[in-house]
Amino acid sequence: MGKITKKFIEGNDAVVDGAIAAGARFYAGYPISPSSEIAEGAARELPRHGGIYIQMEDEISSMAALLGASLAGKKSFTATSGPGFSLMQENLGLGIMSEIPTVIFDVQRSGPSTGAATKPAQADIMQARYGVHGDHSIIAISPSSVQDCYDLTITAFNLAEKYRTPVLFMADEVIGHLRETVTEVEPEPEQIFNRVQPDPNLTQEEFRPYGYSSYMPAPMPAVGNPKFLMRTTGSTHDEKGEFGPGPENINRVTHYLTDKIEKNVDDITITRSYKLDDAEIGFITFGCSVRSTKTAVDILRKKGIKAGMLQCVTIWPLPEKEIREVLSKVKTVVVPEMNLGQLAGEVRKFNDYGCKVLQANRTDGVLITPQQIIKALEEE
Amino acid sequence: MASYKDYMLFDKLPHTWCAGCGDGIVLQSIAAVFAEMGLDKHDICLVSGIGCFGRVDDYLDINCMHVTHGRALPAATGIALANPNLNVIVTMGDGDSVTIGGNHLIHCARRNINLTAIVANNYNYGQTGGQYSGTTPTHSITTTSPYGHIEKNFDICKLVEAAGATYVARATAYNPVQMRKLIRGGIEHKGFAIIECMVACPTHYGRYNKQGEAANMMKLMNEQSVPVERARNMTEEELEGKIITGLIVNKQRDDYYTDYKRIIDAQNIDA
Repeated sequence: MGKITKKFIEGNDAVVDGAIAAGARFYAGYPISPSSEIAEGAARELPRHGGIYIQMEDEISSMAALLGASLAGKKSFTATSGPGFSLMQENLGLGIMSEIPTVIFDVQRSGPSTGAATKPAQADIMQARYGVHGDHSIIAISPSSVQDCYDLTITAFNLAEKYRTPVLFMADEVIGHLRETVTEVEPEPEQIFNRVQPDPNLTQEEFRPYGYSSYMPAPMPAVGNPKFLMRTTGSTHDEKGEFGPGPENINRVTHYLTDKIEKNVDDITITRSYKLDDAEIGFITFGCSVRSTKTAVDILRKKGIKAGMLQCVTIWPLPEKEIREVLSKVKTVVVPEMNLGQLAGEVRKFNDYGCKVLQANRTDGVLITPQQIIKALEEE
Repeated sequence: MASYKDYMLFDKLPHTWCAGCGDGIVLQSIAAVFAEMGLDKHDICLVSGIGCFGRVDDYLDINCMHVTHGRALPAATGIALANPNLNVIVTMGDGDSVTIGGNHLIHCARRNINLTAIVANNYNYGQTGGQYSGTTPTHSITTTSPYGHIEKNFDICKLVEAAGATYVARATAYNPVQMRKLIRGGIEHKGFAIIECMVACPTHYGRYNKQGEAANMMKLMNEQSVPVERARNMTEEELEGKIITGLIVNKQRDDYYTDYKRIIDAQNIDA
């Protein structure tokens, strides 16, 4: 095990420590509440580790700079919130199409537009999945503690590198500003995934920076590699990365960009279950709502009601298997979330079991309470 | 000695540009400068945007990153900072550079990022059918200014000079010798360098504005050209409608990475 440090810090600070532990050495961003502590932490810590922080003119250019830096071999990240996340969608799409790894931390706040800038929400879930135009898939992780902000940040970078794609880290104001004790364990080299490099015996002519024949991405040398030239484009491209807008190629690229994530769901998704084994009432939730839901489960259990919880640590791709298992075993499912039912709608899509699916929503910028979650159940 | 052909993907020719378009002259100039300087193609990364000139990467056998419309400079900023040993070249049209990407241009110039921006200015959006851009001259006819353009156009060189660019030059497709010389100077310059290359668009701009065929447009471009040395002694009225050519700004100021490296060297606990 690597060096262990105990700290009492907020979620946004733990993200910076996690990113540096994961090997990130480039940050480009634009300050926005409630994520700014990540920018400030990156500006302070990156040069101390030989890395670079740059504050760009907006979130559009920030995303572009992240992709450029990653293509040049540096693991890169940024942090933002709703309005900035909207601006990032353009080049998030470029990252998906060009298959360039990077990590985006969205510390969610109330919206749309400026909304209630400093108040929490979990309402960017659908934007995370569908904000980019065109068919694609995406990986998104949602933390529920400061410990998660450290540990799952490392996971996020590993997934980005392994699947050669931008990964979204969907935190929220509650977790970003929450102070807790965190145990930071420095990862061992084998716990860090770095993008696969081409076989050095290949010639440039044989090298394919984009492969569509398997569900795993092709090797990715950095620009500046002394042997291999690298070519990326946001246009539909062939396996050499050259412009290729023929019907057959468009079709295979579209399928590949979805399949490389959806066919690897078992490897990508992380869930946690709490007292689910004998549960008759199941809660399915994510992010800050997990904390209130856990307390709700404990209160119900004390009353003799068999309640349990499934936490979707990975929200995209959805842990379908685990959600179906809950739906098939319990009579009632409640989905607590700080939006008007974005996850609940997804859960209903899997409900082939006649399970009653209820919602517990809160959208007033105040953290959802255990009592409110229990009330949603009682009102039915 | 290397030839410009060594840096090109000849099997991709003929190129996509219209007959008489000036973009090919700029492409050949870029590849010729690489050859002249004897650059290792692995040490070059070209970043291009969207538009007619955005397609320039298709024909070059070097590292290429083809990005979204207007975002070539911020993507190149990431590359230049992540690997300061690369020769980063950014190719843009007038749409990319001063219209949709105008904000990125002035900030990139202000930061003095070590890269070379090559702008092919044809006064309009060629790829989408000849609509007006931020450099379309006032009163011009385009497909979206059918009654004459009422907006004042940007002077790209003046704009970036005001923003703090340390190397600013302009050449026309009529004079590829000068174009090559200025592009080479830009690549050799440490810091933000920009070379505005005036190119004819006979298909759209020339046709709508009755400038004749490509050869006529080239001739006109040459007649309008005034060397910067002479322009310095001319009044604003005398320079109306003229194209000032040559090396307009050339000064030394530490580039962004050099300054940032000082911070890293002072703070680094890993080293």
